[in-house]
Amino acid sequence: MSEEKHLIQNFIAVEASNLLNVVQDMKTEGYRLGQICAAYVNDVYQLLYSFDKEHVLTNLKLVVEDEGNLPSITGIYWPAFIYENEMQDLFGFKFKNLALDYNGKFFKVSAPTPWKGEKK
Amino acid sequence: MSKRTIIPFGPQHPVLPEPVHLDLVIEDEKVVEAIPSIGYIHRGLEKLVEKREYTEMVYVIERVCGICSFGHGWGYCKSVEGNMGIVVPDRAEFLRCIWHELSRIHSHLLWLGLLADGFGFESLFMHSWRIRETILDIFEKTTGGRVIFSVCKVGGVRKDISADGLSEIAGILEGIKSEIMELTNVFLEDYSVKNRLVGVGKLSHSDAIELCTVGPMARASGVVQDIRLDGHGAYGKLNFAPITEEDGDCYARCKVRVREVFQSIDLIKQAIEQIPEGDIAVAVKGNPQGEFVARMEQPRGEAYYYSIGNGSKFLQRMRVRTPTNMNIPAMVKTLQGCDLADVPMLILTIDPCISCTER
Repeated sequence: MSEEKHLIQNFIAVEASNLLNVVQDMKTEGYRLGQICAAYVNDVYQLLYSFDKEHVLTNLKLVVEDEGNLPSITGIYWPAFIYENEMQDLFGFKFKNLALDYNGKFFKVSAPTPWKGEKK
Repeated sequence: MSKRTIIPFGPQHPVLPEPVHLDLVIEDEKVVEAIPSIGYIHRGLEKLVEKREYTEMVYVIERVCGICSFGHGWGYCKSVEGNMGIVVPDRAEFLRCIWHELSRIHSHLLWLGLLADGFGFESLFMHSWRIRETILDIFEKTTGGRVIFSVCKVGGVRKDISADGLSEIAGILEGIKSEIMELTNVFLEDYSVKNRLVGVGKLSHSDAIELCTVGPMARASGVVQDIRLDGHGAYGKLNFAPITEEDGDCYARCKVRVREVFQSIDLIKQAIEQIPEGDIAVAVKGNPQGEFVARMEQPRGEAYYYSIGNGSKFLQRMRVRTPTNMNIPAMVKTLQGCDLADVPMLILTIDPCISCTER
């Protein structure tokens, strides 16, 4: 228990074309999906996919090139629909083959979304 | 085939302290599908990181939730500290651990009260919340606040607890143990309570893993998962093992949380015995640059805090992923096939925190 696993930060760059293969391999190896989020950093959007195995984190980082055609990982990790719908609603991305697609209506916020106008 | 009807559940419902909406597809009295939607209390707190300095942002993050507020503050600080390579003094880590475990006790007692209220056992609800007041009194005495404490800061904590204060906390916890045991007997042995919980809303071990479930929801299905095992804070120096149950039903989820109350009391006692003397904070110089993902075991399960800094006093991005967010798929799964009358119990036993989820 004294191992400092919380300090281990693995960030691995991944291409959109290869994302599903990498995620499928992680599923096969027993990784648990922790979270997915989008960030606007250095003039590009990037997605961070966090996975856990035995309390150690591995993060896949994907630089978004085509916001309207991102691969959905819901065919591998179904719970990812929560995050992918959130990103569709709030960031205006479009995920291909999303298992449960709310078409922009998952987040019922009063302000119009997505908030693309707030890019810095 | 029976006629299918869609019943809207929420966003306002007597069993829901916070708004969430479910479209329940019903055949006769059985739920065949549940479609959730959220966003009614989305406050855009993550976005505020662009307008608040990283040292001020802890006050915002604490306000993500009024129940696990301390844990959110700690998780945020941990992420920024990791980002900046700050080593927090041991005494501060132990104090954080004590406040965090007190928060777990108060959160679980709050949940037990809400559960009792949900199945109409009003006196049980009041007793749970009466005992919880004792924990809030400890918060008030040690931090000055009962809900939002603002004692956690980047680099350590703002307030110390004296040796006498720590002994007093240990004494108070020992004193309320017998009262919690009385509650436990009712929650786990009473016929009417068991009638509402046993066998309801089963989540199998394999489904819990497949749905990436976290916290007591996962542990009640036999999944050994607890982020405190990663050794952060003082947890690496304390002796404990995650509490698990095998049945995966509402009763098992209740049992896990009841047992975790006693585990937290034990962890606080261990922390009080081992807490070293020394500083409670280090001076913080510079600004965050780079990225760091921190995780916490909140009362409801694993939470994520991801910070990206660019060398300025404002973070570029702050992401908070709360446990309820990750448990929504499991809730949807367990609702399928349940009786309409059991829907409130089922939703309650994931211990949903919608304010957390929506940020």
